[in-house]
Amino acid sequence: MSARAVSIFVVTLLAALLLASSTAYAIAPEQMPTPQLEARYLALIQGFRCMQCQDESLADSPVDLAADMRRQIRDMLLAGKTDQQIRDFMVSRYGYFILFKPPFVAKTAWLWLTPGVLLVVGVLVALRVIRQRAALAATDLEDNDPTDA
Amino acid sequence: MIPELGQFTLILAMLLAALQAFFGMVGPALKRDRWMAAVIPAVSGQCVMVAASMGCLVASFVANDFSVQYVAENSNSALPVFYRVAAVWGSHSGSLILWIFLLACWSVAAAIGTQKLPKAFASRVLGVLGLISFGFLLYTLATSNPFLRLDPPWPDGESLNPILQDPGLAGHPPVLYTGYVGLAVAFAFAGAAMLEGRLDKDWARWTRPWTTAAWAFLSCGIALGSWWAYYTLGWGGFWFWDPVENASFMPWLMATALIHSLAVTEKRGLFKSWTLLLAVLAFSLSLVGTFLVRSGVLVSVHSFAASPTRGTFILAFLIVMIGSALALYAWRAPLLKSEAGFELTARESFLLFNNILLVTACATVFAGTMAPLISSALNLGKLSVGPPYFNPTFLLSMLPLLALLSLGIHARWKRGKLGERARPLVLTLIAAAVIGCAVVFGLFTGGRVLAPVGITLGAWIILSSLIDPIDRLRRHITIPRAVLGMTLAHIGLGIFVISITSVEGFTAERDVALGPGSTAQLGAYQFLFEGVQPIEGPNYSGVGATVIVTRRGAPVAVMHPEKRQYWVQRTETTASSIKMYYTSNILVALGQDLGEGHWSLRLQVRPLVSFIWLAAFIMAAGGMLAISDRRYRLAPAEEPAISPVGAVTRGQA
Amino acid sequence: MKGRLRFIVPLAVFGLLVVVLAIGIRQSPDKDLIPSPLIGKPAPEFSLPSLTDPSRRVSSEDLHGHWYLFNVWGTWCVSCRAEHEMLLKIKQAGVIPLVGLDWKDDRGDALSFLKDAGNPYQTIAVDRDGSEAIMWGVYGAPETFLVNPQGIVVYKYIGPITQDAWKQQILPRLPPTQSPRGSSS
Repeated sequence: MSARAVSIFVVTLLAALLLASSTAYAIAPEQMPTPQLEARYLALIQGFRCMQCQDESLADSPVDLAADMRRQIRDMLLAGKTDQQIRDFMVSRYGYFILFKPPFVAKTAWLWLTPGVLLVVGVLVALRVIRQRAALAATDLEDNDPTDA
Repeated sequence: MIPELGQFTLILAMLLAALQAFFGMVGPALKRDRWMAAVIPAVSGQCVMVAASMGCLVASFVANDFSVQYVAENSNSALPVFYRVAAVWGSHSGSLILWIFLLACWSVAAAIGTQKLPKAFASRVLGVLGLISFGFLLYTLATSNPFLRLDPPWPDGESLNPILQDPGLAGHPPVLYTGYVGLAVAFAFAGAAMLEGRLDKDWARWTRPWTTAAWAFLSCGIALGSWWAYYTLGWGGFWFWDPVENASFMPWLMATALIHSLAVTEKRGLFKSWTLLLAVLAFSLSLVGTFLVRSGVLVSVHSFAASPTRGTFILAFLIVMIGSALALYAWRAPLLKSEAGFELTARESFLLFNNILLVTACATVFAGTMAPLISSALNLGKLSVGPPYFNPTFLLSMLPLLALLSLGIHARWKRGKLGERARPLVLTLIAAAVIGCAVVFGLFTGGRVLAPVGITLGAWIILSSLIDPIDRLRRHITIPRAVLGMTLAHIGLGIFVISITSVEGFTAERDVALGPGSTAQLGAYQFLFEGVQPIEGPNYSGVGATVIVTRRGAPVAVMHPEKRQYWVQRTETTASSIKMYYTSNILVALGQDLGEGHWSLRLQVRPLVSFIWLAAFIMAAGGMLAISDRRYRLAPAEEPAISPVGAVTRGQA
Repeated sequence: MKGRLRFIVPLAVFGLLVVVLAIGIRQSPDKDLIPSPLIGKPAPEFSLPSLTDPSRRVSSEDLHGHWYLFNVWGTWCVSCRAEHEMLLKIKQAGVIPLVGLDWKDDRGDALSFLKDAGNPYQTIAVDRDGSEAIMWGVYGAPETFLVNPQGIVVYKYIGPITQDAWKQQILPRLPPTQSPRGSSS
């Protein structure tokens, strides 16, 4: 029996147990057995891009491929894989493109560093301008500041 | 006949635009009064021709003339008349006609508004606008002519994409484009200043109302688009950092910076070359945005049908317009100097930081939007950049801005002592922090670390903005409209911050599968799923569900989410059901048919989400209020110009 | 940056932007094609039921030692039907065998399609629930993978294989000596 078959069996069993134990809730198609797993599952499927409807996340996409991939993620979560292992699995097959969050690697470092660098440079420039202008204001004896906006 | 007339008037419009550009820019250079006088008729003539052309296109749609290719591709006889008109701008070619039409309207407005300004300057402004019009008209006629005929004509059309069959299509593009295009006026003012070789406080005062008006329309346009996405796409999302959304947001950020920079230039004659650059860049971003959306260069669900030809043409247009503007800038800007000074805690200083932070935010969004393109162009692999990048990096610049805002509006020009304002400011900060923590820990449990920070910042902005007006009222001083407008706009921003924080922090969401008669619980609400029935609309059929929402037993709403199948296009769309209440929205969307009457449903409770868009409209209203201030209606100012460049005399060049 | 030079910066940055945009236009027809990270890596190991005889297994172990084209298809996919003729030509050429992956398809539909249109495949594996396709990083049909005798994925083609693709992309990657495989199952 392959690992996949076993996990499918386990999931079906869990689903059946869940059904039996919670009469207030009807069949939940992709519900996880514990809240922690459910939270991780939701976070994961929102972080992957649907490869067919490339503007939607796996969570929102209605196509079959997305459903298959969600199932794959569910299986992996139930099999005890970590979030990083699941991400690596997807990236090794679909590339970085499948992640909404670009990774921080050599090829993408420029993207992540740009905002911080720009901010620091901007603040330094601003401070320099202020220093120059404050010097001018110190020698200016008039107090003719305009009012209002 | 009508389509041919439409094409003919379009060609005439292009010729008139060329004349407008020629007379407008060469006339003042050669000091020919008659040429300068010819600009105004050219402007009005062009507007009339463009309006006629657009009228012909609308007429073709309403009359169901399927011999016109563009009509056949975007309309259908089963389409209600309202959508037939809106379909005019539903796709690439027609949206360009809308662009050109709005540009012509702004040009006419500029012609009227600059009547009292020095003739040469006004001519140059209109000349630059004419050049832009000419470029767009040439582009449309050459690559995207909406009046092309089909032979033989189709018996019926392909109809409009179902997602577009919505009042949102009637509202969002016209309002958004009005803003986009309006920034061309500020660009033209900048161009005129550079051509003349002078830029002074007057120039800033003249430019400000146009910029603010365009900014206001852009704010409303973006808000409408976001609102439309929210109730159309069915998943409760309203902002995705999609390239097309970013294409409209970047000009907005730049325009916001420009408005504030113009304030400094108007009051103190400072930041001249910086303001000039912003004026050029704001419209340049509009143009780049137009390029990104229509060239097929980026992956986006919003983008128009693209082709490399169209892309190449727009790129050429970009090179001419933006390249020449920036070259002019490199040549003229070094001559703009001023000797005024200000202290660290002065208003100028706060506005400088305002600009730095806004421009950094804009550059960040730009980097993220262009990253996939840059990455594949440099062969660094295929990259995707989504909200997990934009959200934290955008906040990096915005949080300091929001914090400084409450202080900045009380800073005085030149000398920065807060004086008697210090105490009320501290009190309001404490009040805001109390509100922030109370809301977060009292009303809502959970939420993220940033939630109390966000609400505190938003509340402080609102309270701080009220200090000055209340003070003036108490002392029986009239509040100028400009101050009222600014106050209103900042309050709008505060509301926006609070709303976004609460939506991001406190949304409750679940996907469930229910059979008829089953209930699901979300937060304090129960959702009873009664089942689905088949439904029919004017050009669609599908299924509609009935969901009864109650709260602790008391009935709240009956909701009818639908799944529609449009006959002509055979695509399926989800029409989610949204109930808006004062403080929150309930959203129910129909998912998949699971068989035997069971369906998957998405349930969402979003607190304060409607206030996001309300806040944007309040900001826009504040802007428009500020423009109506007396000082913008005065003739060329009493203050002497202090720019040392070129002619010392003001007036005719 | 001092003096007049800093005023040229915006123009210079714009120039760079134009270059990037121009490259983007040139690359735009291919922008929807996601390059596969599997290139140069081992093909996924699999053991799936055969379409024609469900009691038999089609496994990657059996395929070790020869070149093969792994073609993902389904009867529901319009482009796959368009590709079918080209696949039959490839079979006729006898240079490299085709191994099919019937992706999320109905068995009856698949069998009757192959009966009517012809069977270009040496063997066909069935992926009923889509999990095998995910292993290969498939996101649409048809997609074709070129696998070498060591089991490494050498090339991936997205979309229906055209004559040009066969001549210019696949054939040059095969070694000159390739003996035709046996008949189809």
